[in-house]
Amino acid sequence: MLNYIIRRLLIAVPTLLFISLAIFLLLDLAPGDPTAQMPLTVPPEVREKIRLALGLGEPIHVRYLLWLKQFLINEPLHIFSDSTGWDIAGDSQRVISWQTRSPVFDIIVQRLPQTMWVVGMSYVVGILIAIPIGIISAYRQYSWFDQTGTFVTMVGYSVPPFFTGVLVIVIFSVQLGWFPSIYDTTHRVVDWDTFVFQLRQMVMPVMVLALQTTAQISRFMRASMLDNLNQDYVRTARGKGMTEKVVVLIHVLRNSLIPVITVIALGVPGIFGGAIITEQIFKVNGIGQLLITAIYAYDIPMVQTLTFIFAVLIVTFNLIADVLYGMLDPRIRYD
Amino acid sequence: MKTLKSLLIGTVAAAAVTSAAYAERGSDGEVKIIYWQAPSILNPYLSSGTKDIESASLVIEPLGRFDQDGNLVPYLAAEIPTVANGGVSEDLTTITWKLKEGLVWSDGTPVTSADVVFTAEYCMHPEGGCAQAAKFEGVTNVEALDDLTIKVTFGEPKPYPYQAFMGGQSPIIQKAQFQDCLGAKAPECTEANFNPIGTGPFKVVEFRPNDVITMEANDNYRDPDKPAFATLTFKGGGDAAAAGRAVLETGEFDYAWNLQLAPDVLANMAAAGKGKPIAAFGSLVERIEMNMTDPSPDLPEGERSTEAHPHPILSDMKVRKALSMAIDRELLVEIGYGQAGRPTCNLVPAPELYASDNTDCLTQDIEGAKALLEEAGWTDTNGDGVRDKDGMKLSLTYQTSTNAVRQDFQALIKQWWAEIGVETELKNIDASVFFGGDPGSPDTFQKFYSDVEMYANNFDGTDPEAYLAQHTCEKAPKPSTQWQGENINRYCNEEYDALIAELGKTAELEKRGEIGRKLNDMLTKDSYVVVPLVDRGRVSAHANSLGGVVLNTWDSELWNVADWHRVK
Repeated sequence: MLNYIIRRLLIAVPTLLFISLAIFLLLDLAPGDPTAQMPLTVPPEVREKIRLALGLGEPIHVRYLLWLKQFLINEPLHIFSDSTGWDIAGDSQRVISWQTRSPVFDIIVQRLPQTMWVVGMSYVVGILIAIPIGIISAYRQYSWFDQTGTFVTMVGYSVPPFFTGVLVIVIFSVQLGWFPSIYDTTHRVVDWDTFVFQLRQMVMPVMVLALQTTAQISRFMRASMLDNLNQDYVRTARGKGMTEKVVVLIHVLRNSLIPVITVIALGVPGIFGGAIITEQIFKVNGIGQLLITAIYAYDIPMVQTLTFIFAVLIVTFNLIADVLYGMLDPRIRYD
Repeated sequence: MKTLKSLLIGTVAAAAVTSAAYAERGSDGEVKIIYWQAPSILNPYLSSGTKDIESASLVIEPLGRFDQDGNLVPYLAAEIPTVANGGVSEDLTTITWKLKEGLVWSDGTPVTSADVVFTAEYCMHPEGGCAQAAKFEGVTNVEALDDLTIKVTFGEPKPYPYQAFMGGQSPIIQKAQFQDCLGAKAPECTEANFNPIGTGPFKVVEFRPNDVITMEANDNYRDPDKPAFATLTFKGGGDAAAAGRAVLETGEFDYAWNLQLAPDVLANMAAAGKGKPIAAFGSLVERIEMNMTDPSPDLPEGERSTEAHPHPILSDMKVRKALSMAIDRELLVEIGYGQAGRPTCNLVPAPELYASDNTDCLTQDIEGAKALLEEAGWTDTNGDGVRDKDGMKLSLTYQTSTNAVRQDFQALIKQWWAEIGVETELKNIDASVFFGGDPGSPDTFQKFYSDVEMYANNFDGTDPEAYLAQHTCEKAPKPSTQWQGENINRYCNEEYDALIAELGKTAELEKRGEIGRKLNDMLTKDSYVVVPLVDRGRVSAHANSLGGVVLNTWDSELWNVADWHRVK
C-alpha cells in the first residue's frame, strides 16, 4: 500500500508539471489583454508601458519559468517565513496579481473562509440529505417516495443555479424579506445574534448549492443500495432472522457506501474551487468569484495559480479516493 | 429630460441645505454603497478602472474636481488658477497651484507642496507603468515654490492645463507613505495601495480586494461637520441587476452605481418604491464609425484598411449620409437605454460650451436616404433588393463588441439599411479582443477589418481637445505603428488638422468652444465619417433615505460623498 502511494505521488509530479504548462500555454495563447478593460481614454503608449510593467515584454518561456519559480520556491519560502518568523524568504518575488498588484496567495487565504463556509456547508448539508433519500428510495423502489425523489433530483440536476439562485432571492429577499440577498463577508460571529445572522445569510446560497449535491449523491446512493439489496448475503442475513433495520442499516448500507464515499471524496476539490455562479449571485465573493473576475480582467497570474491549485487538489483527492477504496473494501489490494 | 434632471438636482440640493444646518460628523451611522464591479486596488495610478478610481475618491482627493455641470471646483487647492487670476502664465506654459491652508492627512501630518510634487514624480516615473500617465503629458517640471505653492511647467503652451491633479484620476498621494514605491517597486507596496492615507472624508479600515472595503469617517477631514456618516461599507461584485435590486427592491444598500439595465427592468425595480434611479449625461457617445479605407480581405496583409486603398463604397459622402438618415435614433434609445440615453448627432454632446446645435439626424428619413443613394449612382439593377453600381454590390460588414444592447442595435440598423437597399453582414467580437489592441489579432477595433463598426467612447474631464485631435491624419492606425492610433476611420483632412492646431493655441474658452463645435460638425454633419447614435448617460440609484446625492459624470460619482446624509 505504501509503495503504491509513493509510486502514485511520483507519477503526480510530472503530471502536475505538464498540467501547469498546459494551463500556461492555454492562457497565453488565448486572445486577451490585461489593459483591454481600461477605458478607451487611456492612450496606447500608456497601455504599452503598463504591459511592460506587468512583465509581458519577456518571452513566453521566461515568463513560465518565472511563474514556476515564484510558485514552487518563493511562495513556500514566504509561507515558512510568515509562520516561523525566520526571514529566509527575503525580497524574493511572490506571485503578484495584475489586478490588485498584491500577492495572489494573500487574496486566496482571505477568500477561503467564505468559500469553505458556504460551499463546504452546502456539500455537508447535501450529503446529509442525500444519503437517507437514497436509502429509502432504493428500499422502497418505485414507491411514491422513490418517484417523487427521482423527479426532484432530476429537477435539481437540470435546473441551473443562476435560475434557482435568482428565484430564491426574488421570493425570500424581495417578496418575503426573510434573508439578505447580499452576503456580508466582513461579518464576524461573536455571539448568538451574529450567529443567527450568519445562518440567515447562508441559508439561500447553501440551499441552492445543496440541491445540486443532493441530486447527484442521492442517485449514486440509490443505485448502489439497489445493487446490494439483491445480493446473496442479504438473503442470508434475512434468513438468519435479522430485523430489517439491521439488514438494511448495518449490512447493506455499509457495503453500499463504499462507492459513494469515493464519489464524495472526488467532489471535495470542487469545494475549494468554489461555486462561480452561486458566489456571483449571492455576492459571497469566495474563490469562485475570484477566479471569474480574474478571467474577465485577464489577470493571468491569478488564473494560473488558482487553476493550478485546483489541479493539485484534484490529483490529490483522486489518490485519496483510491486509497480509501482500498481501505474500505479489503478485497481490493493495490500491491 | 433636462427639466426632470434639474428638478431632481434642485430638490436634492435643497434637501442638502436644510439638513446640513444641524448635522454633525458621524451622526448618521452607516452608509452602504454597492458597485457591481469590485474594486481591486485603491491607487488610481495603478489602475484606470472606474471602480478603483471611484472607490479611491472617498479617501484621496485631487487639487480640484469637476462638478455636475463640468465646472472646475477647488478641493485641496485654495482656488482654480486661471490666466485672469495670475495662476496660469500669459504664455500658457506654467500653472501655479496654491494649497488650502491647514490641510492635514488622515494620520494628522500636514499636507504640503512636497506631496504634490511627489505625486507627479510617482506617476511620471518611466518604469512605474502609471495608468494615468496621459494626465501628465507635456509636463516637464513640477516644483514646490514654498510649502503651499506648486508650479507645473509644460514643454509647450498648454491652453487647457487642468489635467494633472484634477479629477478622480489624479489625486494627491502622501509622500511619506509612497516614497519607497517609485517605479518598478510600485506594485510591491500592497499595504499603501490598499490603505492609502488621504485627505478625503473617509479612511480605510479594511480593504478586501475584489470584495468589500470598510471605511470610517476621517477625524481630520477639513470640514468639522462632515461627513455625516460614521462608517461606510463599499461592497463590490455581482451584476447590475443584483445591485439595483439591493437598493430599489430590498433596501439593503443605499447607493448602487451604474445600473446598465434594460429600461423595463429598471422601471419594475423602481416601482418597489424603496429608492429612485437618477440619471446624468456626460460625453459618452455610442457611434458608428465609417471606414474610409478598404478593408477587403483580397488585399495583401499590411495594406488592408490603410490609406493606400480608399474605401470603394464609403468614400462617397452621399452613401455615408444615406446610412445615417436611415437610422431611427429615438427607437434605438427606447430599446437600448431608456432613461440612460438620448439621441444625438454630436460626437461631443457636452459640456454645453462644446455641444453643437446639430440635430438634423434626429428624424429618420428612409425615402431621403433612398434618393441620395440613387443620386450617388447606386441602383438595384437586378432586382434582388440590394443596390449595385459598376457590378459591385452595396454590401457592408458591420462589427461591434459582444453585448446584448449592441446586438439589438445591429439587428435594427441592418433592417433599416435593408429597406434602403444596403446589404449588411453582422459580426460581433468579444470585448476583450475587440478593445484589446493586440496587433496580431484581426478583430481589434483599431485594425478595423470591416466597413463600419460601432462602439462608445468619451473623453476625460471636460475638455475635448485631445479627443477631437484623435482624428488628425497622422493618428490613423497602420502597420508601421503596430496598428496603434486613435483615428479609427482614417479620416484625413488638412483643414481639420489646421483647426486642431489652432485649438492647441487658443486659451480663451469662448473661442475654444467655437472651434470645438466646428470640429465636431466637420466629423459629423459635414462628412458623416462618424455617425453618432446615442448619448449614453449614467444611471445610478439611491435609497429614498439617502440625501445629498448629486450624480456627476465629469468626475467620480462619489465626488460629494462628504455631503451625503440620512434623510430623517
